[in-house]
Amino acid sequence: MIELDKVSYGFGGTALFSQLSLNLTAGSFHFLTGPSGAGKTTLLRLCYADLRARSGKVRLFGQDAATLDRDAVALARRRIGVVHQNCEFLDHLTIAENIALPLTVSDRGGEAAQNLQELLNWVGLGAQANQLPPELSGGERQRAALARAVIMSPDVIIADEPTGNVDWEMSQRLMRLLAELNKMGKTILIATHDLHMIRAMKTDVSARVLRLRDGQLLQAGADL
Amino acid sequence: MKALLELILGDPQADRAVPPTGMTARLTVFVAAVMAFLAVITLAISLTTGRVAEAWAQELAQSATLRLPVDPQTSDALLLSALDVLETTPGVTSVRALSETEQQALLEPWFGPDLPLESLPIPQLIEIITGGDDYDADGLRARLSAQVPGAVLDDHTSWRAPLLEAASRVRLISWSVIILIGATIAAMITLAAQASLSANAQVIRVLRLVGARDTYIARAFVRRYTSRAGLGALVGVVVGIGATVLMPQGGSGDSILIGVGFVGAEWLLLVMIPILSAVTAFFATRAAAFRRLREQT
Repeated sequence: MIELDKVSYGFGGTALFSQLSLNLTAGSFHFLTGPSGAGKTTLLRLCYADLRARSGKVRLFGQDAATLDRDAVALARRRIGVVHQNCEFLDHLTIAENIALPLTVSDRGGEAAQNLQELLNWVGLGAQANQLPPELSGGERQRAALARAVIMSPDVIIADEPTGNVDWEMSQRLMRLLAELNKMGKTILIATHDLHMIRAMKTDVSARVLRLRDGQLLQAGADL
Repeated sequence: MKALLELILGDPQADRAVPPTGMTARLTVFVAAVMAFLAVITLAISLTTGRVAEAWAQELAQSATLRLPVDPQTSDALLLSALDVLETTPGVTSVRALSETEQQALLEPWFGPDLPLESLPIPQLIEIITGGDDYDADGLRARLSAQVPGAVLDDHTSWRAPLLEAASRVRLISWSVIILIGATIAAMITLAAQASLSANAQVIRVLRLVGARDTYIARAFVRRYTSRAGLGALVGVVVGIGATVLMPQGGSGDSILIGVGFVGAEWLLLVMIPILSAVTAFFATRAAAFRRLREQT
């Protein structure tokens, strides 16, 4: 699905990581952990072509991301549902409109009506459909972001700290939703620093845990 | 063509994706209206100048004046001789010696109504009306110099040439002004669209992140500015027509003055102003949007 092959990236003259490889195969579940500033968000952004690698190759669905034009990047992103750390909503649109946005921009707005209410109920936001994003709590926003990420039935779901702003109970609920999607065959990549949550989830899904530290991406071991 | 069709059909959901831009919207409509108003006035002046010049040139081209020398001893004989020459000249349709009253009327603007014409050495004038292609002014001059010595034939060439030249310059300037108005609309729409695109940088980022293509994002802005420019120009044209109606409409009868305004097919040019304004806005916004999208994301 998504493959990073000996990828390097940095800001200014400083290298954040180099020669980093990652392969997200179909139906896999990955946790990405590591200390703040290690480059987790940057790594995720490389995975959905929001950033371009300095060297190495990023392959999205078998295509070299460096060779994709802007339209092709947009089309690839329709196959990747992203839950952003700060949710990235359009504050002038209702929650229902925000969730339906990927369908709207794909000129598939007509499909939204039938799936939307079901999806809102699935994430427990049926009653908040017509509220604006600033009117929602952190947990509600995270669930709405997850609903938006899955509305296109993408092949890959990438979530950046999806439980960052929510309590333990809500984080468990969100993770169960992601585990459910993985069981439906979706490829999942979650960046988080919440090791308790990873430990709790390992009983539900067969997940690989990767640790990004000092520019190296390593398989987490028994110390987790 | 496809882009234009999508633009006309529109997508309310796509339009909603970009938040409304209140002040920019009102300013765009206002500026488009002002520019269209100026375009109407400039067009009216240009077209009217053209019509006036053409009418004057046509009237002057079909007439000539023969001036006989002032000599009380021979004036009657010269007049008869001149009339004889003129009446036998091909292409001359009518010949008429101006009466004293008519000559006095011609001089009245300069000398006042109480001019004692009979005591002044005023040359006799003969009005010649020509028609057809066989009229030959040079041939007539040659015959007159032989048979009516001292007679001067004025075919108004010295009048017509600068008149037509001036009219041509006025029209050239007017069309240049109209082109400048079009360029101003394009520049203004580009600036407004760029400001709007900058103000909506976060919206554009989110749209790109959820898979929106540049065409989709640009369409929302293009549709907005195209409709605003078209609407503003329509208002400007209506006000401009009102202004031309209020302008002096010239004299009646055989007056050479023609009222400022539009005649016949010229009205179609007014219909074209909002259309051209919208088309200009369409291309200006589209270019600005794609350029800014490439820079921004």
